Amino acid sequence: MTTFMLADTTAGKISSQLTQLRHQMGAPAVGMVLTLVVVCEERDQYDSLRAATEAAREHPSRILVVINRETDEANRLDAELRIGESSPGEIVVLRLYGELTEHADSVVSPLLLPDTPVVAWWPSRAPEVPSADSIGMLAQRRLTDAKNAGDDGVCFLADRAKGYAPGDTDLAWARLTPWRSLLAAAFDQPVGAVHRGVVEGAAGNPSVPLLAAWLAERLGAKMRVGVSNGPGITAVRLAIDDGELSVVRGDARQAVLSRPGQPGRNVALARRQLSELLAEELRRLDTDEVYEAAVKRLAQLYRP
Amino acid sequence: MSEPAGPPEEAVAVASAVAGTSTTLEVAAANPLRDPRDKRLPRVAGPCVMVLFGVTGDLAKRKLLPAIYDLGNRGLLPPGFSLVGFARRDWKDQDFAKLTHDAVKAHARTPFREEVWNQLREGIHFVPGEFSDDGAFDALAMALREIDELRGTGGNYAFYLSVPPKFFPVVVEQLRRTGLADAPDGSWRRVVIEKPFGHDLKSAHELNEITNSAFPESSIFRIDHYLGKETVQNIMALRFANNLYEPIWNRSFVDHVQITMAEDIGIGGRAGYYDGIGAARDVIQNHLLQLLALVAMEDPTSFDASALRREKEKVLKAVRLPADLSLNTSRGQYAAGWQGGQKVVGYLQEDGISTDSTTETYAAIKLEIANRRWAGVPFYLRTGKRLGRRVTEVAVVFQRAPHLPFSKDDTEILGQNALVVRVQPDEGITVRFGSKVPGTAMEVRDVSMDFAYGESFLESSPEAYERLLLDVMIGDPPLFPHQREVELSWQILDPIEEFWTTQGQPEPYPSGSWGPPASDAMMARDGRVWRRL
Repeated sequence: MTTFMLADTTAGKISSQLTQLRHQMGAPAVGMVLTLVVVCEERDQYDSLRAATEAAREHPSRILVVINRETDEANRLDAELRIGESSPGEIVVLRLYGELTEHADSVVSPLLLPDTPVVAWWPSRAPEVPSADSIGMLAQRRLTDAKNAGDDGVCFLADRAKGYAPGDTDLAWARLTPWRSLLAAAFDQPVGAVHRGVVEGAAGNPSVPLLAAWLAERLGAKMRVGVSNGPGITAVRLAIDDGELSVVRGDARQAVLSRPGQPGRNVALARRQLSELLAEELRRLDTDEVYEAAVKRLAQLYRP
Repeated sequence: MSEPAGPPEEAVAVASAVAGTSTTLEVAAANPLRDPRDKRLPRVAGPCVMVLFGVTGDLAKRKLLPAIYDLGNRGLLPPGFSLVGFARRDWKDQDFAKLTHDAVKAHARTPFREEVWNQLREGIHFVPGEFSDDGAFDALAMALREIDELRGTGGNYAFYLSVPPKFFPVVVEQLRRTGLADAPDGSWRRVVIEKPFGHDLKSAHELNEITNSAFPESSIFRIDHYLGKETVQNIMALRFANNLYEPIWNRSFVDHVQITMAEDIGIGGRAGYYDGIGAARDVIQNHLLQLLALVAMEDPTSFDASALRREKEKVLKAVRLPADLSLNTSRGQYAAGWQGGQKVVGYLQEDGISTDSTTETYAAIKLEIANRRWAGVPFYLRTGKRLGRRVTEVAVVFQRAPHLPFSKDDTEILGQNALVVRVQPDEGITVRFGSKVPGTAMEVRDVSMDFAYGESFLESSPEAYERLLLDVMIGDPPLFPHQREVELSWQILDPIEEFWTTQGQPEPYPSGSWGPPASDAMMARDGRVWRRL
């Protein structure tokens, strides 16, 4: 691995340094498929970068980490270039000082890979309307994470619905994929009408009402949100004609699927790591209309 | 910044059909939780039981059982999925579970996770018995009924016959007798068979009669694991999702096509199967002719099974053999030699092979396709054992530029442009073209431009068997050859085999080389050479 520090630099210098490092390593061919811009704070940097690097194993990318530092210092751009880590792509950590923090897009824009998709990711705090953000505007796909975005994740998601633009998604939605997949598989056998239901999970976890909203949207039934000790979502119970269809998960790894007239079945339903969520997001870069419908429904139902 | 221009609708449709992301249409339509726009939800098989005959075989241990686990690990197995083993062993469920556990630990592609294993373990059953034993199959039928009740598998069974073809009649007859082959309304029964699908047209026909006696054609899944490979499916994406290649994909631009499957290993422990069969029947009849069909076919109207098979059949029907087989086919037999730094014995010295065997271990043939797109473009197919290294590829070699405005010396070492689909190993696509050598002279030389799967989609591609087993459970047949394709392939190969039987001993070639001299001579007569691999 090669690390290269550039203090008080410009995007142009970073760009030529990257080219030079690549040539030095004897790999001038570029097989990278996208640029991932991670906008985070210094304290999130390590975990986010780690997840992004792991996801880049599946989607070789140029990862640009944008960290806004002190706004009252003199204008300065510091960069840290890493090539040849465990991932096949390139990593540039950018630290912005002074007035430059307001103009991060001027640094990011010349460093984007040409003619390939751009994904922006806010691992914690995110702008009010991601698509109107100066970095968000550069991206086709904008990822937020309601779980880490502030005190009230549910409220944050409801706000997302208000400022929704095609290309927005939230990792709270990606966390639901195994649950949704299992429920959809259960519905491959005819279930009949669903009268009402409840989704139980840890208090404040935005994925819980989001799953309820999706089910309400798809099934046309009233869905309640229940509180449990977690971790994450612990149960989905649906009242159907001849009883209850339920998926109950106690230990964050394995769930039991039960339906009337059949014994319960164990199914693997492990919680996933951040890198896996990110990799899932990067797999499809088109508009996620199902998310849009679910998050808008959530905004209607659970607006305090 | 402006909204990026998306690819045109058709390209998306084609790509997503190739990737195959929706569960079968009827199921999806009836399921309120499924939405074609919801691309995060994977195709999950419906509730079902897989019954595996031949659980102790090499294929089961190395490929099938690990593939089933990997599917589970990717969340693609339905809740309640059950796996039933059937073999002539005095075993209990836990013995089969142990065999599965060991196979998964040793060969699975994805990491071992306890909760996934527990889910799989719950559904593992074993039924001991001989294929000829009526009682054992009655027990199997009973066990399956019990599983239906306990695990809600709804009478959906896939029977995987991982056994030599000579056992097919008895197993199929038993399935028919016990009523296991007949699906009650609202459920399905499928049978999965592996190659070889016979050893000539006649035997393929007979074999089909047997399976057909119990299962309708739509329930028979013939596995050609090559078709499950990502790179092979990518041939369709390359051709039909792009606009760059199709205009030159014809006789006006293509000089010839080379399809190669080279193995570095000998016959290993397969003497009993291999002797008398040979390289052409083992590889060309199925894998290489399927590759040829995918490369040469016209664009299908859609990617459903019938449309795809129709195009493949059309092109196989258009295949013509050369008039003089002695000049346009070649066969060889590996002799003792050095392969990759190891001293190895020749074919005739292998255990279980008689010293006067005339079975070929190398075969090369030239075919033509009589249609408007390909008339006059030869397709060269070659396969062999104990060659230099293991590689499978399809190379489309283009004609030389009609006029070169350079001096003759400048382009002396410039070859022909080529597009190579590397099927395995090192999956990817290479484009070869001429480029100026840096310097003051206008020297032009061949360079390669590479697309490596490992580079742009680094996640290890799913094993072919994962994809195919999932397709069996979902009931999605485009990647499985139809009986008509099998028979058409035999029609192509039978005359060549017949001719070869009159030719005596195949020409020996040293192990570790690239085949017999006659094969190179065959190319040289056409003014061409095999690609050095």
